[in-house]
Amino acid sequence: MLKDITLGQYFPGNSPIHRLDPRTKLIWLIGYIVALFTAGNWASYLVVFLFLAFVVALSTIPLKSILTGLKPLVFILIFTGVLNVFFTTGEKPLIAFGVIRIYREGIIRAVFMMARIFMLICGTFLLTYTTSPISLTDGLESLLSPLKKLRLPVHELSMMMCIALRFIPTLIEETDKIMSAQKARGADFESGKLMQRVKALIPILVPLFISAFRRADELATAMECRCYQGGDGRTKMKLLRYKLLDFKAFLLLVVLICAVILLRVFGL
Amino acid sequence: MSKAISVEHLSYSYPGVDDTPGVAVFEDISLTVEDGSFVAVLGSNGCGKSTLAKQFNAILLPCGGKVYICGMDTSDEERLIAVRRSVGMVFQNPDNQIVANVVEEDVAFGPENLGVASPVIRQRVDNALRQVGMYEYREHAPHLLSGGQKQRVAIAGIIAMEPKCIVLDEPTAMLDPQGRKEVMDTILALNAQKGITVVLITHHMDEAAMAQRVVVLSNGRIAADGTPAEVFSQVDLLHSIRLASPETVELCYELNRKGFSLPLDKLSVEECAQALYDAIKA
Repeated sequence: MLKDITLGQYFPGNSPIHRLDPRTKLIWLIGYIVALFTAGNWASYLVVFLFLAFVVALSTIPLKSILTGLKPLVFILIFTGVLNVFFTTGEKPLIAFGVIRIYREGIIRAVFMMARIFMLICGTFLLTYTTSPISLTDGLESLLSPLKKLRLPVHELSMMMCIALRFIPTLIEETDKIMSAQKARGADFESGKLMQRVKALIPILVPLFISAFRRADELATAMECRCYQGGDGRTKMKLLRYKLLDFKAFLLLVVLICAVILLRVFGL
Repeated sequence: MSKAISVEHLSYSYPGVDDTPGVAVFEDISLTVEDGSFVAVLGSNGCGKSTLAKQFNAILLPCGGKVYICGMDTSDEERLIAVRRSVGMVFQNPDNQIVANVVEEDVAFGPENLGVASPVIRQRVDNALRQVGMYEYREHAPHLLSGGQKQRVAIAGIIAMEPKCIVLDEPTAMLDPQGRKEVMDTILALNAQKGITVVLITHHMDEAAMAQRVVVLSNGRIAADGTPAEVFSQVDLLHSIRLASPETVELCYELNRKGFSLPLDKLSVEECAQALYDAIKA
């Protein structure tokens, strides 16, 4: 059951979106979010949406997987919508029922906010779906490398991220094993009140932590054996290089942001 | 022949915690490993096999005596990286020595640390993966591989650093028979084809029998040292330190106790069968 966790899942592929440099995709995501939050009317939302649809189509990732990924977030979407519907005030209430007053502005605002969050999540998902975790950390390291001058441990951070990602499946497997072992000794994880269930997790967490520390110790020794000495003087097998495709993507991003700003300024 | 590893009067004890006395592992041990040889180190649990292995790579430093790797003193801090470059280590649990989440990225980890230029790393990684027969898995995630495959990836990660010597600390202890065979075949091929010195720490007698030389450790001392045939024919000695000879030798030994007079240096099944056939015929 724990194997179903799809945290930052990556769909291998060879679409133009997959082939983009991870740095391009990261910058794209930031630009896209800026555009999304600049958008203020129907036309600009439509433009952003069209761009999103275009990228989804290019990425060859089935729409279904994107929508399944959204499932756990449906609650947040609805919650935001409902809040906006009830708590926005306008000129003339459409419905007035006791203290509840729903205005036209409220509904419009709710739709906008939901669309914004929906597109925000879709965009972020697209990044993790089309970029392998390792190239994502590589891209982050490369983008943040100017911060090394401010003594920020950029290499160490990306190394930590990389190792964390590497060990997620291993630790999940381990948790499964420990749970089975505890169940075999009569532990009960499925019944009882919330507090009892939380307490039942302790016999899982304790061995899990101990083994994680032991793993960390062994991994550190193995890394030392392989001459790891931090980021200084380290080279990379795969060098990141911007290609023509990346420049096209940047051009497209500029067009998107300009379009949204123009639409906002002229209020079309 | 020059010496890949040379241990001179090594003594080592684990430091004690809070005033308790430390635990002495070695008091005075000397050992040399020739360049290009394949040495198996045997011993029952707790005899200091792994501690000895960690001395070869300067993970642990001697309390007394010296350890030289290709002529370099391991306690010389300036030579630390050079020592670790010359001696690669493979550990028991393959899961805990794989760093990256793509096979080829993990193999590249060592050369990347050494500051090798990118195109050269690519070449080394491809060669190393071909040598261990994992080339077609280069883009897989390590956690989806079998134990034997993971261990071969770990070995590839060491080969990519182009060491002169590889020390393997019970590399097959967590593997199934299929995985053990894969790993042993890889080790034998590396030694035979690339001339890499191999020190294999194990408690599997049949694996030790494949080596050119067997060193038996007991209570921090060398109890026996010689070719597999020489060492394993000393059945009484091995029994006294809670070890056993390979099954073929054990069989001949038991039969000898029942009145036969069979040679005790026939390690392979074929040789043993031939010896039995001859004995029965005579």
